[in-house]
Amino acid sequence: MAVEADGVPAVAVHTHVFARLARNAARVNGTPTLRQAFVPQPVVGVSPQQLRAYVDGTDPVSKRPFIQEVIEGLTGPLTEEDLTGVSFERNTPRLLEPATEAELHERFERERWTDFMPIVLPTEERVAAMLAGTSRKPDEIVGRLRPTNYREFWEFTVEKVAVNAVMAGARPEYLPVILALAASGMTARQSSTTSWAAPTIVNGPIRRQIGLNSGIGAMGPYSHANVTIGRAHALLSQNLQGGSVVGDTYMGSIGNAYNYACVWAENEERSPWEPLHVQHGYKAEDSTATVFLGGWYTISGYGPRETWEQRFRHCLAACEPYSPPIVLLDPSVARGFVERGFGKKQQLIDWLAANAQVTAREYWDDPWTQTLIKPHAVAGVEPWAGVLAAAPDAMVRKYRAEDISVVVMGGETQSAWKMVGGNFSRAKTVKIDDWR
Amino acid sequence: MSTLLTVHDPRGYPPKVTGKRLAPRLPTLEGKLIHLVDCLFDNSEVFMQQLQAWFAEHMPAVRTEIVKPRESWVDDPVMRAKIVKEADAAVFAVGL
Repeated sequence: MAVEADGVPAVAVHTHVFARLARNAARVNGTPTLRQAFVPQPVVGVSPQQLRAYVDGTDPVSKRPFIQEVIEGLTGPLTEEDLTGVSFERNTPRLLEPATEAELHERFERERWTDFMPIVLPTEERVAAMLAGTSRKPDEIVGRLRPTNYREFWEFTVEKVAVNAVMAGARPEYLPVILALAASGMTARQSSTTSWAAPTIVNGPIRRQIGLNSGIGAMGPYSHANVTIGRAHALLSQNLQGGSVVGDTYMGSIGNAYNYACVWAENEERSPWEPLHVQHGYKAEDSTATVFLGGWYTISGYGPRETWEQRFRHCLAACEPYSPPIVLLDPSVARGFVERGFGKKQQLIDWLAANAQVTAREYWDDPWTQTLIKPHAVAGVEPWAGVLAAAPDAMVRKYRAEDISVVVMGGETQSAWKMVGGNFSRAKTVKIDDWR
Repeated sequence: MSTLLTVHDPRGYPPKVTGKRLAPRLPTLEGKLIHLVDCLFDNSEVFMQQLQAWFAEHMPAVRTEIVKPRESWVDDPVMRAKIVKEADAAVFAVGL
């Protein structure tokens, strides 16, 4: 509420399920007495008449008339705390008070520092051994993370990343990958109501060097490296960003199983095409991790069979319009596309972009196209301005080619493919070699 | 007696929180301009229209104007400057 600092009294209105989060966000902004008023959840999908009833009705948090909260918030007298705000420091120690193993496990779970599965306690010896996996100094700052963009950034060092890597059960040779994921600035514990995860594609020689699985069961728990690196990214995200606690720093309504671990390696050796990182300007010998904000949906199928075009069009139409797909293809599927004339990966991506279509009415009937894309459309930014101008029943393209990814993985036991939500344009590719 | 272990704290480093004062409040809303800031969440514009209608019906001496940032979740200095220059007060809705 920057306008308060500029002398304009303000009231922030939230829905009641965000009361705890809104109060905590105000507190860590130094304005714990920020004037807030609450209306019932939901606002989305509610008629104008119902919204008017919210205005005429009772604030579900304070139990006072909503409009009274607004008017008094702008006109009521200020207290001494209002005039100064609240300053404070929050320190996190390097080491915890000594305790028994059982007490420490209980504390880590109680403090919400785990994912509720057993962790490896980060003793000084284990963390020191983990740090042998990188040439970087333990006290070097790696980056900053936050659960969502209206919260404050927390900072962390190489040692703090190593602590969480130990907890996840990772091995020292995985640490460069885990540091790269931490440095990406992409949290694997996003607070969004949409329940995002951070699907990650690893490319380059590191895959073979540390035993990442890109063959049979590539997306599943069939490699120590895939699972523990993914879990480390998840644990470090929640612990280094200031938490992932329901009602405070996590609001994903339905949750996401990908939040446990989703680090996948491209099967470059069995792919007929260039790998993801080479497509985007890296050398084949570079080792990279591409971290997506995604995982909201997964659609699976077989092929390409006789009716593959219809099937893909149906699936693309079903994908969430704000979240273009990462198309994951078994190597046998990729070869099937080559046989159908898609000699280059980009040709398939272009086909996917051209054939991902819905009516304009359906495209805009979505909370995130309304909230996040429509402002750009209104401002005249293409291609969204054209989609906004289209007749409601006109078919429009949902995605740009540069938003879609195709990645080859799997062990050729089935001609299987998946579409997993993840926009390449909002993904971040980081070099793992920088963290060796 | 069980062995005591010393382990690392797994949390990152939070920033220092610096207190900020609230703006002076208005003695009355009569004759004042309130900017109703639509945070661009789905349907929040409709909510703001209803809030605007309430003021028109119950406090007609209060002027209201719905304003919007250029995009969601991103600070918009141009909109902020407009509020500071033109408005006497602001209501932001509906945010998370």
